Amino acid sequence: MTGTSIEAPHERALALLGGQPDDATLRRYLHGLPGVDAVGLEARAADLGTRSIKTTSKAWALDTIVKLIDLTTLEGADTPGKVRSLTAKALAPDPGDRQTPRTAAVCVYGDMVGIAVESLGAAHGDPDDGLVAVAAVATAFPSGRASLEIKLADTRDAVAAGADEIDMVIDRGAFLSGRYGQVFDEIVAVKDACRRADGTSASLKVILETGELMSYDNVRRASWLSILAGGDFIKTSTGKVAPAATLPVTLLMLEVVRDWHTATGGRIGVKPAGGIRTSKDAIKYLVTVAETVGEDWLQPHLFRFGASSLLNDVLLQRQKLRTGHYSGPDYVTID
Amino acid sequence: MSRLTVPKTYKLYIGGAFPRSESGRVREVLGADGEFLANAAVASRKDARDAVVAARGGHAKWAGATAYNRGQVLYRIAEVLEGRRAQFVEEIRAQQGVSAAVAGAQVDEAIDRWVWYAGWTDKYSQVAGGANPVAGPFFNLSVPEPTGLVAVVAPQEDALLGLVSAIAPILVSGNSVVVLPSEAYPLSAISLAEVLATSDVPAGVVNILTGPVADVAPWLASHADVNALDLAGAGAYDWPAFEAAAADTLKRVVRPGGPGAVAPSLERILAFTEMKTVWHTQSLR
Repeated sequence: MTGTSIEAPHERALALLGGQPDDATLRRYLHGLPGVDAVGLEARAADLGTRSIKTTSKAWALDTIVKLIDLTTLEGADTPGKVRSLTAKALAPDPGDRQTPRTAAVCVYGDMVGIAVESLGAAHGDPDDGLVAVAAVATAFPSGRASLEIKLADTRDAVAAGADEIDMVIDRGAFLSGRYGQVFDEIVAVKDACRRADGTSASLKVILETGELMSYDNVRRASWLSILAGGDFIKTSTGKVAPAATLPVTLLMLEVVRDWHTATGGRIGVKPAGGIRTSKDAIKYLVTVAETVGEDWLQPHLFRFGASSLLNDVLLQRQKLRTGHYSGPDYVTID
Repeated sequence: MSRLTVPKTYKLYIGGAFPRSESGRVREVLGADGEFLANAAVASRKDARDAVVAARGGHAKWAGATAYNRGQVLYRIAEVLEGRRAQFVEEIRAQQGVSAAVAGAQVDEAIDRWVWYAGWTDKYSQVAGGANPVAGPFFNLSVPEPTGLVAVVAPQEDALLGLVSAIAPILVSGNSVVVLPSEAYPLSAISLAEVLATSDVPAGVVNILTGPVADVAPWLASHADVNALDLAGAGAYDWPAFEAAAADTLKRVVRPGGPGAVAPSLERILAFTEMKTVWHTQSLR
């Protein structure tokens, strides 16, 4: 995720759009996208949710889910102690079973990035190397209601503190009013603020907050807009708005990612966040990813779960597979 | 012209709802005279797991209710049961093949048992707990608290009384239960669930799984989120195997014929409680 060049996708976007990314050009492009067949989308998602994953496949799925989790705490009441216990859990999710993989990242508010980096210590790094990354929400998360200067300062602050990934929110008000150019420019500016002094760059996840976008058509447009503007990941929700991640919305975003890959060869990540609490639900997402964009996408740089309580449920299921009897919440940590 | 019969579907009782078995299985329940009575759901281990989740969800509300309120709810069960006496008499008569008088006596005894245990909710803690004399400047108090989630194999020989005698004392202190009622006579258990569902018993506090005890009980016995295992009615099964399955977890096991068996007794209430002792400094004068 580090060292990605930001110029290349931008130029690709300009070529696709056939002009400068102003409101009129973007509107012509985004409203020219085919409409979403809502009934078909929901039926397809429901169908993908019926697969039966058992025994060794289930064991593989559970470990994969752990490796793809952004272990998250985004509360006003967060303390340095809470963040330290979160990082400890990310490093050793089940202290009773050292075979349990580490989570991909921890996800915290910007002011907690320093604490998370410090408490991860030598284990801080790229999830591909078995290390744990630090993701920070920025840009006046979760509402995004602040001036651009504040949003950029928020981002730079988190990157300077050592964040590997920035989760930004789009301005849903501007998007819904049709000011696509403003949303585009903001993403480009935040992407630029993700650059570090050494020329590398933090990975940028763009939160669409699909619960506020009103329609599947808007989700598709926002996904394209975010990818065109240079987002490395598109993320469903902040987790602060209901409904958060749903399977049909995630499927739709994966289809956009697949279409982008077909058109340009670029590989964009997807992160459903909020409302995924059980292993059973999470496995449905794995099936959907594998069937839509392929199993290549089931790796930390291309797919993540934004979750907190999901991890405990996965650990209970792992214990059940290991011991043969059902486990209970007394055997995992209280978060 | 005769009316079309409207046969009742007997399903499970989990989390305050009446779902079918996850397995989709049912079995025919025949009367004492061999006549078809109804189809009863056959619970699977998945149903047992769902029931434990529901019972854990219902526990906090029931244990957190005041003792007085729990007593009112248990008494209300007796009231509602009294109003449906004729239905229970008829069901017991058909299943067990006993006379209406014998069935009626069983229902009356069951109702009386709810009333008897309802009275204990705000009294058992004074009888079992209290202030302890200690050699120091402390108040030292012991109070019994509910063990938590209790899995029960109910007495198998009758349709209603054994089930009520097994679960009523467990509910007194604020436990939630997952109960396997009589395998041979499952219908009254589900009718009792209808009574519980309309008596302000919070959802999930009582969960009833009809079906083969030998299939389901081992999963409840080994389940790490079950705090106690009551084998009151497991005498005819391989209950030492259930006890062995429970040994991997810290779990209270009451063997068949254990404390008070199922005759009404304070011992049976206290068998499913844990003693909490609190040390509190006396104020310095």
